[in-house]
Amino acid sequence: MLRAVPEVVVAATRQQPGLLVLLLLLAAGARAGVLPEDRADALYHYYDGGGVQIDGPSLLMRKQVGQQFSVFGNYYVDTISSASIDVVTTASAYDEERTEYSVGFDYLRADTIMSFSYGNSDEDDYQADTFNFGIAQEIFSGLTTISLGYGKGSDTVRSNVDSSFEEDADKQSYRLGISQIITRNMLASVNYEVITDEGFLNNPYRSVRYLDPTSGTGFSFQPEVYPNTRTSNAVAVRSRYFLPYRAAVHGGYRYFTDDWDIDAHTAEIGYTQPFGAWSLDLGYRFYTQTSAEFYSDLFPYEDAQNFLARDKELSSFDSHTLRLGVSYDFLQDGYQFLEKGSVKLFYDRIYFNYDDFRNINGGGNPGEEPLYDFEADVIQFLFSFWF
Amino acid sequence: MSQLRITLTFCLVLVVTGCGSVEPWVKPYERDRLADPIMSFDRDPVSNGYINHVYEAREGARGASGSSGGGCGCN
Amino acid sequence: MKRLQSKLHKLSVLAIMLALVLPAQAGEVAGPAPDFTLLGRDGQPVTLSELRGQVVLINFWATWCGPCRKEMPLLEALYQRYEALGFTLLGVNVEEAGTDAEAFLKETPVSFPVLFDPENQVSELYEVSAMPSTVLVDREGNMRFLHHGYQDGYEDIYQDQIRSLVRERI
Repeated sequence: MLRAVPEVVVAATRQQPGLLVLLLLLAAGARAGVLPEDRADALYHYYDGGGVQIDGPSLLMRKQVGQQFSVFGNYYVDTISSASIDVVTTASAYDEERTEYSVGFDYLRADTIMSFSYGNSDEDDYQADTFNFGIAQEIFSGLTTISLGYGKGSDTVRSNVDSSFEEDADKQSYRLGISQIITRNMLASVNYEVITDEGFLNNPYRSVRYLDPTSGTGFSFQPEVYPNTRTSNAVAVRSRYFLPYRAAVHGGYRYFTDDWDIDAHTAEIGYTQPFGAWSLDLGYRFYTQTSAEFYSDLFPYEDAQNFLARDKELSSFDSHTLRLGVSYDFLQDGYQFLEKGSVKLFYDRIYFNYDDFRNINGGGNPGEEPLYDFEADVIQFLFSFWF
Repeated sequence: MSQLRITLTFCLVLVVTGCGSVEPWVKPYERDRLADPIMSFDRDPVSNGYINHVYEAREGARGASGSSGGGCGCN
Repeated sequence: MKRLQSKLHKLSVLAIMLALVLPAQAGEVAGPAPDFTLLGRDGQPVTLSELRGQVVLINFWATWCGPCRKEMPLLEALYQRYEALGFTLLGVNVEEAGTDAEAFLKETPVSFPVLFDPENQVSELYEVSAMPSTVLVDREGNMRFLHHGYQDGYEDIYQDQIRSLVRERI
């Protein structure tokens, strides 16, 4: 389980390098594919939860160029004001800004679409470069679409506290997807993704705590120590169903497991109901995970294990999300070069409940403080134009 | 994992050899409802990308979410 | 176990190569064009066999299909250019109700006959396997060319094929 080898796709292409993939694509028959629609989107996103506020824009522009190419560019900013539980218990509140841009293109050749993209995320203590490549192929008269993807990320981790600190973290991801028309009213998809990371995978600011009778509070902190590799597998099934009147219901389930011993289940359902030019979206998402093997809220003494984590992201917890969305389609008959437009408002309320992460500001003996929980509000305001 | 490999290769074989012999049971001219935007898996890519990022930055799980995003130092 | 794995890999490569040999789905076709009668926008029936002597382009389309909508003005241009030379174009709409088609045609008017196939009888007759599908029928009523889907530049191929068929005399 601890071997960092993404088995399926790499093994197949290793034995017949690239041949299997290439032949699969060529063999699928001459159906003409369609490039993604031209569009421009402007999103304002806002997150407020657990003492953290993050907001900012996400702008997307996508345009077909010539007969075979569709290019896109995305600009995204997170403006962060953080006084989260990790921050207030071990450091002090901070403000930060992260900028992410990505560019890419899709190339249509007969019945195959090849996609390439590059993204860069930049904040003062973390830079990430990511490349993604994908191929999508329609077969069975368009009833089935098979897609393969590969991604490579190179991250550089720095520290605002220690200017000499600099480490790398590299990531590779392999994706396989099948999308299938089941009936006239129903679509389904299966997606499988393997991700491997290598390098400095933890956070240079975060600490774990251990019982320390010599300390006033009864515990002390030491920096977290993570393994320098991680391999994870995720498989998700999703489905959409068109109801007898014009409305749609959708559902999905994802199973995740990795070699840090984290197992997670994600389940979602949603309902979309149009009313003329208006539309209502309702959704519910449930998430549960088991903790990483080297996670503990309170270690018995200093250097208790080779690997130590107290990141609540790696703890055992559940979350529930309720979603409400409203959208309005305008310009349905078009206006000059615009084909249609829409404005949407999404509101998600997320409830996080931790089973083995404690709120050390909550008082009590070490290891007996109340378990932590918090709620987050996520708001999205989105303008979209198609042309 | 090798069992998974075998199963997936076998499925791939079935899918590809089935190409010529299975008739499409939903004809192209019957795909009106499937073409409706409310049936799209990725109707608002900017919004889907964002909400996947919100979850991925706070959960241990990642992948198979439909968006192929990049890294960040999001704590 | 390793033997079985490598056998499966070889089998899948072989299977893929076999699939490569499948007949092409676009290009030339042969045989008489199946006859049909459908109602036009004015409610009057149009029968294919009565158009013998002309070159006929039959285009199967729907308003919910992006490439179909894109193709319509280009088909209109071809119709206007070659009508006088004995060419006609039949736009067969495959939707269950004609309301969406009429709304679309109001925004994007065409002068060639648009016929309605709400029960998909003609679509089945012609084994329509992609949207849009375009069939070119010669002056003797035989199918000559078949196109699946629409991509930029197809209209130039249609034009070349129409020209060659129009030059043929019975």
